[in-house]
Amino acid sequence: MEREFDKAIKEMYKEKFLAPENEVRQVSAPDGSIIEIDPLKDYFCQERPKELKPRKGVVEDFLNWARAESLWVLGFGTGCGSIEIPPLVTPRFDMYRYGVQMRPTPRQSNVFVISGYLSVKTLKRAIRSYEQMPSPKYIIALGSCTINGGMYWDSYNTINRLDHYIPVDVYIAGCMPRPEALLAGFGKLKELIKSGQGEKANEYARNFDWYKANQKKIIRDWNMPDYNW
Amino acid sequence: MDYSLTKFLWTLLGLFIVTNWGMLMSSTMRRIIARVSGRIGIPWYQPWIDLTKLYSLRSQITHGTMFYLGPVFRLMGGVGMFLFMPMIFGSNLWSNYSFSGDLVLILYFQFFGMLGMALGAGEGGHPYSAIGISRGLSQFTTIEVPMTLAVISLAIQYDTLSIAKIVEAQQGGLMHWTLFTNPFATVAAMLSLLGAFGHSPFNLVKAPNEIPIGPPTEYHGTFLGVLRTNSAILHVAEAALFMNLFFGGASNWFELIIKTFLIYFWSVFVGTVFPRFRIEQSVVWFLKWPTIIGIIAIIIYL
Amino acid sequence: MVEILKELEDRFQVTDLVQQKDHLAFVSVDKNKAIPMITWLKDQAGYTSLTLLTAVDWLEDGKFQLTYMINNPKKNSQIAARVMIDRENATMESAHHLWESIRIYQRELKEMFGIDFPGSPEVDESFILEGWVDIPPYRRDFDTKKYSDETYFPRPGRQSNDPAEYMKSKMYPNE
Repeated sequence: MEREFDKAIKEMYKEKFLAPENEVRQVSAPDGSIIEIDPLKDYFCQERPKELKPRKGVVEDFLNWARAESLWVLGFGTGCGSIEIPPLVTPRFDMYRYGVQMRPTPRQSNVFVISGYLSVKTLKRAIRSYEQMPSPKYIIALGSCTINGGMYWDSYNTINRLDHYIPVDVYIAGCMPRPEALLAGFGKLKELIKSGQGEKANEYARNFDWYKANQKKIIRDWNMPDYNW
Repeated sequence: MDYSLTKFLWTLLGLFIVTNWGMLMSSTMRRIIARVSGRIGIPWYQPWIDLTKLYSLRSQITHGTMFYLGPVFRLMGGVGMFLFMPMIFGSNLWSNYSFSGDLVLILYFQFFGMLGMALGAGEGGHPYSAIGISRGLSQFTTIEVPMTLAVISLAIQYDTLSIAKIVEAQQGGLMHWTLFTNPFATVAAMLSLLGAFGHSPFNLVKAPNEIPIGPPTEYHGTFLGVLRTNSAILHVAEAALFMNLFFGGASNWFELIIKTFLIYFWSVFVGTVFPRFRIEQSVVWFLKWPTIIGIIAIIIYL
Repeated sequence: MVEILKELEDRFQVTDLVQQKDHLAFVSVDKNKAIPMITWLKDQAGYTSLTLLTAVDWLEDGKFQLTYMINNPKKNSQIAARVMIDRENATMESAHHLWESIRIYQRELKEMFGIDFPGSPEVDESFILEGWVDIPPYRRDFDTKKYSDETYFPRPGRQSNDPAEYMKSKMYPNE
């Protein structure tokens, strides 16, 4: 049985949500003519991600070695696990000696540590940040929340499986894993990259439609372009 | 001036040496900073790995023409400073393309890269870039004040604007260095050097905690690689400028490496000791004591 | 404390007075008299600080219970006013003219329980849930497990145990 008030709420949220600045609107041009602007189409790049083929042979091996030894981590803590990242720069753990460094902006980072649970609201930001990172890019999923939802497995607002929304390279199990486990995860990621298996960005481009369908299933106020360059 | 091919090749070789020395110096300094805080720090070859990775990224985006040209201008600032700087005293091949008025040109190149970067990062459109640019330009303008005062003092003292002649005048022993013949100008310039290198008290421009990385927020891949190459060149060139002006120049590469290392270490030393200034504090600081000392340095020679 | 409660009884006909501690009392008040009472407590009796505004869903009674907890910083005493409102078309008078900060609570209650506060600033904007289409999730008739199963691709093979039973079977299997 549906009550009247719930119906009213459903009615309100029925149409696709758009931030006010992203709505289609009429603008008068300098010459006086009225033109229509659709910010999602006009202001953003509509291009889909492309599969970027790796180079061949020894060259790619060398570049993969360089990528593995220079992991730049995006400083974006999504859940409670983000408290495990700051200790990595302290004298006790010191991730700098393994070539792992923190970068404050997605444009300059290669590794995205999804630290713990992702609410739907955070997932939207995480996808935006992930898509802005230059390829090749890698994702480390920290904690059991990213694997099967962890202790938030029946929550109304946190996702259960991260790999349905963005491709994951390395999972680190635990609730929460300690910084040592995170360092071991970086070590595992290095092995993967050096053996040429760090091609998840291409997988994302290949299965782009599937990932987008999953993302749009839960992110209902989709007010960004399909791929955030 | 000598425009032969040999000279050109030797200058390129010098640029290569300076780039690599700059990167080694920066990794060494980061190791020193790490040891101060009890860590081991990055491996000494980390800057080369980072550069290789940055130049090998597969996807890059651009925001327009100026976005491309920003790092190029910045690199031009560093390379230009190197090109017109006599690196080794007494060597024709290593004195690059220095001429009688090179000091003025080098002061200009010091600022040039900053302006190009401002244009490029501005087109990136990120608000943090804009904040970083406004902070960077206002701080760098005030850095220039004591620096220029010191240079004017030197010009009056030695009656020349040629770096080679200034170095020549300092030969003949420790007591002939500007450090001892004109201590006020040296102090003013060494204080402004702290801001030019952008270490801790004056690293608000790239403050990684508050405004993520400042002007290069949107730069990635090859763009960032160019910026990093430039910072390696610029650091050595700037240290070499101070070495030439105040510390008697260098008569061989070994002397240059020791002296530039110590000059760069001075800013790192201050940086590990002092916390960061806010922008209004740093601007006021540069316009207070370094400027007063610089004015005294001029008054003495009037 | 006692004098204040007496005065509230006289002025606003509060019921169900419970004094939990020396400095903490709960009172029930009629929906129409709730805001006047809070205003009087704030302006006249020195209860100037808002601690929280929260709601309880009494599904069986068809009621929402709003609790305004306010604090007197000078005497360090708390009074919590319980207001029962109807679950159907739940609406309550906004109190954002008293405390600026209460609009955040009201925005959250609008989103999580569907209780409307007409006139409260930004009350219709989404707070945590962006673009929520189901019934408000804190209502007790909302099945969060079912919603999660339908929406978030649960990983198969998950087992859950009652902690007490599980530990008993592990540690004392013979009992």
